[in-house]
Amino acid sequence: MKYLKDNIFNNPTELATRSGFGEALVELGKINDKVVVLTADVTGSVKANMFAEKYPNRFFNVGIAEQNMIAVATGFSLEDKIPFVSTFGAFITGRVWDQIRVLIAYSQSNVKLVATHTGVTVGEDGATHQILEDIALMRVLPNMTVVVPADFNETKKAIFEAVNFDGPIYIRLGRQKSPVIISEDSLFEIGKAQKLKDGNDVTIIACGVLVYEALKASKELKEMGISASVLNMHTIKPLDIEAILKSAKSTGAIVTAEEHQIAGGLGSAVSEVLSQQFPVPIEMVGIKDEFGISGTSEQLLTYYGLRSKNIVESVKKVVKRKR
Amino acid sequence: MHKIENKIKNIVEISKKIRIDVVKIIHNAKSGHIGGSLGLADIFTVLYFHTLNHDPNNPNWEKRDRFILSNGHVAPVYYSALAHAKYFPVSELLSLRKLNSRLQGHPNALDLPGVEISTGSLGQGLGVACGMALSAQKDRKTHRIYCSIGDGESQEGSIWESAMFAGHRELSNLIAFTDRNFIQIDGNTEDINKLEPLADKWRAFNWNVLSANGNDIQEIINTFEQAKLEKTKPTMILFYTKLGFPVSYMDGVSKWHGTAPNDEDVKIAIKEIEEYYSKIGLS
Ligand SMILES: Cc1ncc(C[n+]2csc(CCOP(=O)(O)OP(=O)(O)O)c2C)c(N)n1
Repeated sequence: MKYLKDNIFNNPTELATRSGFGEALVELGKINDKVVVLTADVTGSVKANMFAEKYPNRFFNVGIAEQNMIAVATGFSLEDKIPFVSTFGAFITGRVWDQIRVLIAYSQSNVKLVATHTGVTVGEDGATHQILEDIALMRVLPNMTVVVPADFNETKKAIFEAVNFDGPIYIRLGRQKSPVIISEDSLFEIGKAQKLKDGNDVTIIACGVLVYEALKASKELKEMGISASVLNMHTIKPLDIEAILKSAKSTGAIVTAEEHQIAGGLGSAVSEVLSQQFPVPIEMVGIKDEFGISGTSEQLLTYYGLRSKNIVESVKKVVKRKR
Repeated sequence: MHKIENKIKNIVEISKKIRIDVVKIIHNAKSGHIGGSLGLADIFTVLYFHTLNHDPNNPNWEKRDRFILSNGHVAPVYYSALAHAKYFPVSELLSLRKLNSRLQGHPNALDLPGVEISTGSLGQGLGVACGMALSAQKDRKTHRIYCSIGDGESQEGSIWESAMFAGHRELSNLIAFTDRNFIQIDGNTEDINKLEPLADKWRAFNWNVLSANGNDIQEIINTFEQAKLEKTKPTMILFYTKLGFPVSYMDGVSKWHGTAPNDEDVKIAIKEIEEYYSKIGLS
């Protein structure tokens, strides 16, 4: 299966994943009249404005009241609607975690949670807005599915999948534009990792904006004579254990890469599987138990060591540790 | 519009500097919350140059009045007031929102002197102020706790948990105020999630409620003085302000809640600020 677009390293188009959400919503509004959208005073920021204009009767701005928004969305779901709830990552996870835990996860309510501003790429707003713990917070909840699309195209696919998917799902998006790398027509299946590059020496498992960095790293590594496989782990839960084990067995070393705390995030999830089922050396690229700071998103990706060069360094380390 | 009296001229002058800094630093940062910051400039100037009992040379002075910014997004006016009050150099203001700056997009209490607690997630500061006020009440301390909240922010349920608590505990040492500009990100508060009758709500939660024009320095001074006289209840001052005041193109336009002005916008803003101050009698 070919997942990637051609020429992704040559001036790729850049679009924000949140824009993919906005576009998908409009299309969904047309084909599924059960879809309702809720937001909390951030309509334009989450790109729900187009849906709001076209389907004003199915759009609800609850004001700056996220806890109530989660409860109201649950009510909609009980009346057979399909609510998409969206606000900044910090305020749709940490702020409302108990509501999500009881009303949505425990109750298996069919509510779709879409976080639009996550990670350090939120940029200048700084630490309070740069949620780096959301994957952990959602992943730990029973019954919750957690998806981190790699780009704009994958976001659209994930949103379409979410409608037909029965149950709670958390989709993590970003504010900043990032390269569009996944082709429009490739298959997207919740819970099925995508092998973007074949390789023998190491497997890089990445999610979100770090997938592009992982691909760049594999290219740089190739020039150094290291053959790296790249997995796009767009679903953090349920984790594609089969794909991880298969790749670990063939390459014998793993590097994970995410724009999130390593603790509780993708790195943790992957190592939980490997340590129990097939221990191999693993290195993790991600946030190391720190809060964010203000800066441009480009500056911060570098500042926090989330670049291809950091992945390359980790690969070199992990390959040395191979027996 | 009435002319200012001599005894407050100095405060008015500072408010002008603060406004101009707000415009310049947000322009320089290319992002930031300008509307609330400009609208609150008069109140923040009065706080730091008249009302608060504080010592910038000793930010942790035990007897200081405490100030909590619950609506953390208006950091630019907060920083400008703190800088002009000499908590840190005015020249540092231009580092707003830049990598490795102490002036984070939302206030960071660990880095910046004068900031009591980090905020930026709406609806949290008022409860912190309640805790400080109750602590002072129990210890029979005489300092006061001031707290700024947004009107949009008042849609958060947590604000009303704090409101009930402060009323119940009779925190008369707590003086909170609302930036009643009727604007939040998506438009008018009354269209999005109605707050009115807002004064009645606070009264019903056992607060002393005052209201004033939040863009009139003398009125702001008087209202804070009146609030200090309250002996049994916490006080909520509804300060009626205009988003972006006195910049006319921002008035009532929610886009200016959080958009940085471009070069042309800045020119007009500075011009209108100059005109406003000369109209009220400042050269
Ligand atoms: C808990 C939380 N939800 C949402 C936001 C995003 N946000 C920042 S400012 C703002 C609007 C605030 O409106 P208001 O308090 O009226 O401030 P003003 O526009 O007058 O400056 C929103 C929704 C936030 N910072 N925190």
